[in-house]
Amino acid sequence: MADGHAPAQSLQAGLTPTQYLQTLIDGLCDLSLKDPLTGLANRRHFQAVLEREIDRVARSGEAALLLMLDIDRFKQVNDTHGHSAGDTVLQVVARTLSQCVRPMDTLARFGGEEFAVVLPACQAAFGKAVAERIRRAVAATPIEIDSTTSLSVTISIGGAFALQWIRSTTTLWTDRADHMLYRAKAEGRNRVCIEEQPDSTVSAEEKGMLFGPLYTPSGWGDLAAMNLNDSAH
Amino acid sequence: MSEASSPPLSTASASAAGPSSGARIIAITSGKGGVGKTFVSANLAAALTRRGQRVLVLDADLGLANLDVVLNLYPKTTLHDVFTGKSSLEDAVIAAPGGFSVLLAGSGMVEYSRLTPEVRSQFMNVIQSMAPRYDVILLDTGAGISDVVLFSISLAPEVLIVATPEPTSLTDAYAAIKVLAMQQKRQHVRMVINQTARPGDGRAIAGQLQQVLERFVTTDTGRALRLIHMGDIPADPAVREAVMRRQLLLLQTPGCPAALAISQLAGKIEETLLSRAG
Repeated sequence: MADGHAPAQSLQAGLTPTQYLQTLIDGLCDLSLKDPLTGLANRRHFQAVLEREIDRVARSGEAALLLMLDIDRFKQVNDTHGHSAGDTVLQVVARTLSQCVRPMDTLARFGGEEFAVVLPACQAAFGKAVAERIRRAVAATPIEIDSTTSLSVTISIGGAFALQWIRSTTTLWTDRADHMLYRAKAEGRNRVCIEEQPDSTVSAEEKGMLFGPLYTPSGWGDLAAMNLNDSAH
Repeated sequence: MSEASSPPLSTASASAAGPSSGARIIAITSGKGGVGKTFVSANLAAALTRRGQRVLVLDADLGLANLDVVLNLYPKTTLHDVFTGKSSLEDAVIAAPGGFSVLLAGSGMVEYSRLTPEVRSQFMNVIQSMAPRYDVILLDTGAGISDVVLFSISLAPEVLIVATPEPTSLTDAYAAIKVLAMQQKRQHVRMVINQTARPGDGRAIAGQLQQVLERFVTTDTGRALRLIHMGDIPADPAVREAVMRRQLLLLQTPGCPAALAISQLAGKIEETLLSRAG
């Protein structure tokens, strides 16, 4: 077991070889799945999560929302305050974002100043509200880049729901969300644009009428017979 | 053969439509999957063919196409190859067992589950170049109301919704009809009820749906969207048999109640949609 310098470290830390190996594996996992600066999921990890989500949605028809988020005018922060200030901004935004999502959601640094969140089981009606909450949280969080300077940044958010019942690809899904992000940028930044879903909501009233007293479901075979026995009309 | 017994036949209709106007395009869709949409498309195509119509069925269910499974056809060349420029459209059109033509989507069409401008134009090109050669083009669309489904439906002046009497199927059919009325400004939609338990069920169901539409869905003209009941296909064990054998019902058991109902539906479609010139 004893070759190289590694065992010396493990002995120093008081770890058995097995514990050492476990630490090493954990460290490698972190390296391969996490973004070192922000501690969020990295793009590779996110890709895997998206793929899983697409498979799930294609089977279940459940709603899933993908949000792409981009810090507005980030280049100015870097240019004016330097790259370490830029790093601080990324870290604080990452922390704010992680406070806005549920444990089941996956938050990633997608690259540069772009972040992404996938929200499984997110109803179409709530998509906009969730994204708005995230946008406001970031706008409301001041970022201290040194003892005298505090910045505030805003983000633009684009979102797209996974196509239900259809096996799509992660590229297409991110493209659609990205497209909406561009729209949010073009419309003036610090805003949310979510791809519109065709409205097919059938209200309780409509359902009530569809299966209401107008049509006694005599034709619905055994089911109808059972219902007739249950209720007296 | 039923073609001998139908006096009006298709003769006038086909030629009167002429090469300029081309095929009548009918989208076959459903609010919910698994109600027999592809089964109806394939067998309706066979029934229309038998009546003398030149029929093409286009697999417009790009994401989850299974017309190939229903017809037991696994061609080397598909619409996917046409879209990617690997083969010509002519090579992708194949003859189905019922005597009609099919254009199958093929696997790999997953890439087209998003409606990019390219997919749109490729799709429209395919239809445009096929239209002059046929009397009817049936678009077997996907279920539900995704953008691809709505787009392929939008290419067809006529929509035939397939639903079963099950409450979930009817709710989803109603939802789809509502979207078609609101997004595509359709004034009417046609409907066939599959797997009915007894005669008259389909009419009652369509009547019920119409009542809800009158109340909740008005078109641009201020009137409710009109739901035209085109017929019923009775629940029939022969259907399951044919589906499991991956045979067309119309070839396997042409005399069974469901096959007769589909032939009747073909007759009604011919009468209402194909005999009008242009």
